[in-house]
Order: sequence, then C-alpha cells, then structure tokens
Amino acid sequence: MRVWKFGDNIDTDAIMPGRYLSIYDPHVLAKHAFEGTRDEFAREVKPGDAIVAGKNFGCGSSREHAPIALKGAGITMVIAESFARIFYRNAINVGLLPVVCDKAGSILEGENVMVDLIGGYLIVDGRKLSIEPIPEFLMRIVDSGGLVEYACGLQEVPVCTASHQ
Amino acid sequence: MGATIIEKIFAMKCKKDVCAGEVVMAPVDNAMIHDITGPLAIQKFYEMGGKKVHSPERVTMLFDHQVPADSLEAANNHAYMRNFAKEQGIYNYDIREGVCHQVTMEMGKAAPGEIVVGADSHTCMYGAAGAFATGIGSTDMGFALKFGALYFRIPETIRVETTGSFQKRVGPKDLILSITADIGADGATYKAIEFTGETFETMDMPGRMTCCNMAIEMGAKAGIVPPDTITWDYIRHVRNVVPFSLESDSNASFIENRTYNVTNLSPQVAEPHNVDLGVDVTKVAGTKVDQVFIGSCTNGRYEDFAEAAEVLGNRKFSDNVRVIIIPASRQEYLKTLRAGLIERFVMAGALVEAPCCGPCMGGAFGLLAPGEVSLSTSNRNFKGRQGSTGASVYLCSPATAAASGIYGEITDPREVK
Repeated sequence: MRVWKFGDNIDTDAIMPGRYLSIYDPHVLAKHAFEGTRDEFAREVKPGDAIVAGKNFGCGSSREHAPIALKGAGITMVIAESFARIFYRNAINVGLLPVVCDKAGSILEGENVMVDLIGGYLIVDGRKLSIEPIPEFLMRIVDSGGLVEYACGLQEVPVCTASHQ
Repeated sequence: MGATIIEKIFAMKCKKDVCAGEVVMAPVDNAMIHDITGPLAIQKFYEMGGKKVHSPERVTMLFDHQVPADSLEAANNHAYMRNFAKEQGIYNYDIREGVCHQVTMEMGKAAPGEIVVGADSHTCMYGAAGAFATGIGSTDMGFALKFGALYFRIPETIRVETTGSFQKRVGPKDLILSITADIGADGATYKAIEFTGETFETMDMPGRMTCCNMAIEMGAKAGIVPPDTITWDYIRHVRNVVPFSLESDSNASFIENRTYNVTNLSPQVAEPHNVDLGVDVTKVAGTKVDQVFIGSCTNGRYEDFAEAAEVLGNRKFSDNVRVIIIPASRQEYLKTLRAGLIERFVMAGALVEAPCCGPCMGGAFGLLAPGEVSLSTSNRNFKGRQGSTGASVYLCSPATAAASGIYGEITDPREVK
C-alpha cells in the first residue's frame, strides 16, 4: 500500500468540499476527495493505500462524508501525528483506521506501510515505528468493524443512570 | 480534590463521582440534527436495527444548510427527514426557524447541567447556556437516536480567566480570535475550555455564544461559561427550570490555566487559511475585499447587527463589495427588522437573506471565485470554505466587517468616525 503524504491541519472541508455534502454514496464522494487542493488523489488512489499526515488531521466540520470518502477511495488507514477529535471517532465508527504515530513525519510519500495493532507498531519499508494504542472502549468498535456493526448486537446499552430525569 | 464544572455535569447525570479521563455511557438530554448530517444519521439508525427513536421529544430537527432546497439532492434529503420526523413523532422545525445552534438555544433545548449532542461541530455553542454540548458525527448520532445515550470520554478542562473591559468597537469575537491564535488550532484537542473571569461575567449571552461556538476551532470538545444570573435570565424565557448553582470547585484540577486581559485588545482578523492566524486589524488593514458576510451561528444575532449598524451609521457600503447579511434565526431577524436595521442595511446596498448558514456552508450560495477575497463574521476560513480553493477568507467581528464594507478594504472599525 502506497503512502499519500499530507501536512498539518488538514481540515474536512479540504477532504470533502461543502458543495458535495448532499451526497452520501462512498464511491461518488471518493471521486471528489481533496478536490481543489490535491486533484491527483482521486484519480490515482488505489485500494489499500494509506494517508500519512502531520498534526490535527481532520479538523473542522463534523461531516462524516470525509472519512466515508476516504474509505470509498480504498484508503484503509490514516496515520497522523495527531487527529482532531470528531474525525478520529468518525473514522473508527465508519471502519477507517486512525493510527497515531509521533514519527509520522519520517514516513515518505510513496513508501510502503503496514500496521500491527496488537504489536503496536508500523512497518515502513523495513523500519519499525511505534504507535499509540487505540483506547479500549474504541477498540471494541474497531474489532466489530464499525459502530453500526457494534450496535447491531445491542438491544439496549447500560447507561450509568437507570433512566432520564 | 474538587471537581470541574464538566466533571460535575457528568457526575449529576451518572449519579456517581467521575473524573476527567473516564469513559462513560451517559444519557443524552437533547440531540440536534440538520439537513446535511441528518439523513446519514437516520440511515445509520436504521442500519443499527433501529425501529423507534429512544426519546423523540429530545430530538431537535431542522434544515438550515441548504434552504430553501437548492438542488434536487437537497430536496430529497429534506423529504427523507420530514418522513422520518412524521414516522417517529419528532417535532421538525423544517426551514422555518433558522440556523441550528441559534434555534436550539432559543427553543430552550440546552440548559445548565445538561448533556447535549449535535451532528455539527459548532454544537459546543450551547456551553453558553451552561450545558456540556459537543459535536458528533452521523454514526454516533444514529447510536444516540437509537439508545438515547452515547459514550463520552470526560474531558480535562483548560480554564481561561479574563479581566478588563473592551475598548469601543472591540468585543467577544475579537477576544475569541485572539484566544484561538494563542491556544492554536489543536491546543485544546479532546479538552473542554471553561471561560471565566470579569470579562465573561459582564458579557451578554450573544457574546458568550460567539466565544463558546468557536471552542471547536481550538479542537475543544466543549466550551462552557459557568451559569450565572445572565444565563438564568436567558434560560427562564425559554425553559421552565429552577436555577441552581453549578461551577467548578476552587480546588478543582485544571490541565491548564490561561489569563487574558482585554483592556488593550485591538480588533482581530484571522488571516487565510486557518482560524488560529488571528492578528491585529492594523496588520491587514488596506487589504481589498470582494465580499463581506455578516451572519452565521457565530455572529448572526441582533446584537451583532446592531454593532455593525452603529459603525455603518447612514453611510453606504462600497459599490465594489457584495455585502451579504443573514440573521441566524427568524427571531433574530424580527428583532433586527423591528429595530429598523434591515432597512438601513438594504438602503446601504446590502443583500439581506432569510435565516440560514449562507456562504459559510460553502455550497449553497454566496460562493467565491478564484482570487477573490471575503471578510466574514463566521467561524472558519479554511481553503475552499466559501467556494473556490483559490479564494481567501478572513474572519472578523461585525464591527470590522461593517467598517470594511464601507471602504471596500479591511478597515479598523475604531477609525470610522
């Protein structure tokens, strides 16, 4: 899987421009990913490719169209030095793996990367880079394949109060 | 060890002591969905096997991003949500009321001590009402619709302490742009920001909404102003709740404390293409602008239009600028209209639109061509946010926007005599 390299503060307007937000089909959205900021992405991305970025990936709007478009384009994981909170959770919910790696900056455009979640590292063209573990409660969602799959198995959730006030 | 206001809200809802860092499945007091993120949330609700929404009376539904429907896709999305509202017994404000965050506040859907979620990142605005309010994605919203609850990691809190009074024509938007420049676009990621101190204690509700609205621009999960008499005065007009005391303990543990004195604060402008690039207006004064937008959930209230009108006086806007004015809600529109300000703006050459997100949505109308420059009272200036990725968006207060609309270039509102 090849690496697509991005910088810091990549916002969800850049990943998916506002004019496409009335669309929800992952494959249609994928055709517009990074439109206007990195046009070759949608043309050349291949299933299994990965995105590598700097700080605060996915900042801004809560639009889930952003991780859905990346997943629709065949991206399996986004590796970044840090993620914006809503994007991080949206990615896990839709089954796109967000990987926090403080050495993401050392990964180069076009390199090959593989992840070992249990071992807690990336293998990048032979180099081993450690990654932050995914919080336990989110790992259950990752293991299910996404929040929809996780929720399908639940009739009700154990809320910390018996009922609403 | 004492508790922060955020820890106290979760403790009240969970009926047990909790502290920052803990993950809890907490009940949701209110959930807001709009026409962009709503259809997907409904789809996810069904995919999760949802049949009946857990608490339809706790769902706020409205359309504000693409209204009236500006495309067939938007029309289909609206129709899909209308059907869902009917099927589930959810009250739908449809296109009547305005921008989601303003309407949620006006309708009393957020009150001190409550947990509110919205499928929109600026949901953090309801912290002005003393609620813990946070933006979530559509799948999380589908889950909240089905179960009436959601997982939350209780955030640590950054305490912002303010002192001083603003100079004339300087206000809350300038303060929050300067705080954002200081903390940075990711300086508060996963954390809550508590706004306290003299400046906030004397700030009106619209100003508090402006500041809490932009907490997300620092990556924050929530912004909050501890409820005081100003909060409760607002709340009692929209909701029947008995006031109670809610504030951080004096020995609460904050992850960070920051102090700001606003006495010498200048009007601030955030340069393209990030919100944390705020500078004194004097640094960018003279920059030619093609479009000025006064509106949005950040600055689309009567008080914002009054601030703009005070600077405008009886002048006209420059013929070289398209000035677009959009009240954030029907109620704010009526207040502005009755005060005679709408007529003043129209006479000055502005285009006044019905309540909606407008150019801030970046897809409906008011878009920018490559090379064009917009000055906007909204909350984001990302590349392409208001149209072409070749355009530039600067963010500012209503006073700075009005002053700049008069002269066709970024202008210090203090210089307009």
